[in-house]
Amino acid sequence: MKSAPFTYYDPTSVPELVDLLANAEDAKILAGGQSLMPMMNMRFLMPDDVIDINGVHELNFIERENGHLKFGAMTRQKEVLGSNTVANAAPIFGEALRYVGHIQTRTRGTIGGSLCHLDPSAELPAIASLYGAEMKIANADGERTVSMDDWALAYMTPNISPEDVLVDITFPLWGQNHGYAFEEFARRHGDFAITAVGTLLELDQNQIITKVAIVVAGADVTPTRLYDVEKDLIGQIANEGTFADAANHASEIEAMTDAYVTATYRQRLAKTLTNRALISATERAKEKQND
Amino acid sequence: MTDKRDIQFTLNGKHYAEAVETRFSLADMLREQLDMTGTHLGCEHGVCGACTVLCDGEPVRACLMLGVQANGKEIITIEGLADGDELSPIQAAFRKHHGLQCGYCTPGFLTTLTAFLRDHPDPTEREIREAISGNICRCTGYQNIVAAALDAAEAMRAA
Repeated sequence: MKSAPFTYYDPTSVPELVDLLANAEDAKILAGGQSLMPMMNMRFLMPDDVIDINGVHELNFIERENGHLKFGAMTRQKEVLGSNTVANAAPIFGEALRYVGHIQTRTRGTIGGSLCHLDPSAELPAIASLYGAEMKIANADGERTVSMDDWALAYMTPNISPEDVLVDITFPLWGQNHGYAFEEFARRHGDFAITAVGTLLELDQNQIITKVAIVVAGADVTPTRLYDVEKDLIGQIANEGTFADAANHASEIEAMTDAYVTATYRQRLAKTLTNRALISATERAKEKQND
Repeated sequence: MTDKRDIQFTLNGKHYAEAVETRFSLADMLREQLDMTGTHLGCEHGVCGACTVLCDGEPVRACLMLGVQANGKEIITIEGLADGDELSPIQAAFRKHHGLQCGYCTPGFLTTLTAFLRDHPDPTEREIREAISGNICRCTGYQNIVAAALDAAEAMRAA
């Protein structure tokens, strides 16, 4: 079992890369290869050209400036997980990335690759949705920015064209005292999530919720922000009753049925995990207040 | 149409210059072209972990990397773990604890644990189980593998 033949390109700069993309007819970009390579090995995909961007070193960086965290698209998942900058600014990455594959896939897998593959149960697109991340896209004609809400068009379909490449991803940071939690259910460690829920939350001194974001992954065809639930939570006291109502509301999410798991089961998971995530995020926010 | 590339890399401490077909996975290149058959292929789509090798010290699935991507890299396979006839600490512990039955998955476990124990000299049992969650042993001999990893960690700390 191995790939069909292809022509291999290994550009070393973004200008060289976008030029190749502009002139290719049936090209695939090879980032970490942890999803593309299996699909090529099984011949679900047989591109004429493979453009390997592992040598485009300018796409590998982590920066924190002006209240934002920015990642080059080729930043490895292991590098995100091991970064003190990320751990200080947005600790939810550390909690979510533990669920991404295994140590042998996180050494290769990239943040940009995960966002472009856009598996509905994947953790990194869920975190991007939670933060309202912005994707910078380049092609031979220039650059543009796409917000996460406009990025996930449909099942595994990002808002990107064959001549485009994702260059970097920017996450607007939350306050230093924010609480966070990422709760996931899968049958085995490292499996695709059946459902996962991520939460960010800020409290005032009276334990009133001043800012909150909730995302559900794995239930519907794209990661889903629960904007209505969030709106209802603003101004409420962070306690179990409030969260039970929010969790009930979360269970109304649209969900997929597949050969193994029904929509109803995913909705029940959305409820349970939302409740757990809100409780855990609140505990962490309170701990930060008391520090 | 065969697309080939000239690449250079280090494999188990030895320098190689090879012309490799671009569609070959790293595992195919090692096994078919270089006759280094210690790296085993189980699933060929990144699930079983049998083909794990070290690339610049990091554990990677050799079925999900192209051979040409080894250009300029330092690769270590199961053949490179022992020092001559002297087994590495994790290899010795696998022998002592009977950490293998049929042995098919063993190269992947040993390379994965070599990197893990280097980065985590004092792991808990739970951390070891999480570290090897990307390696499947169909003989299900996990208990002895975990025992071997704990023992190897202790031996390496004492050394």
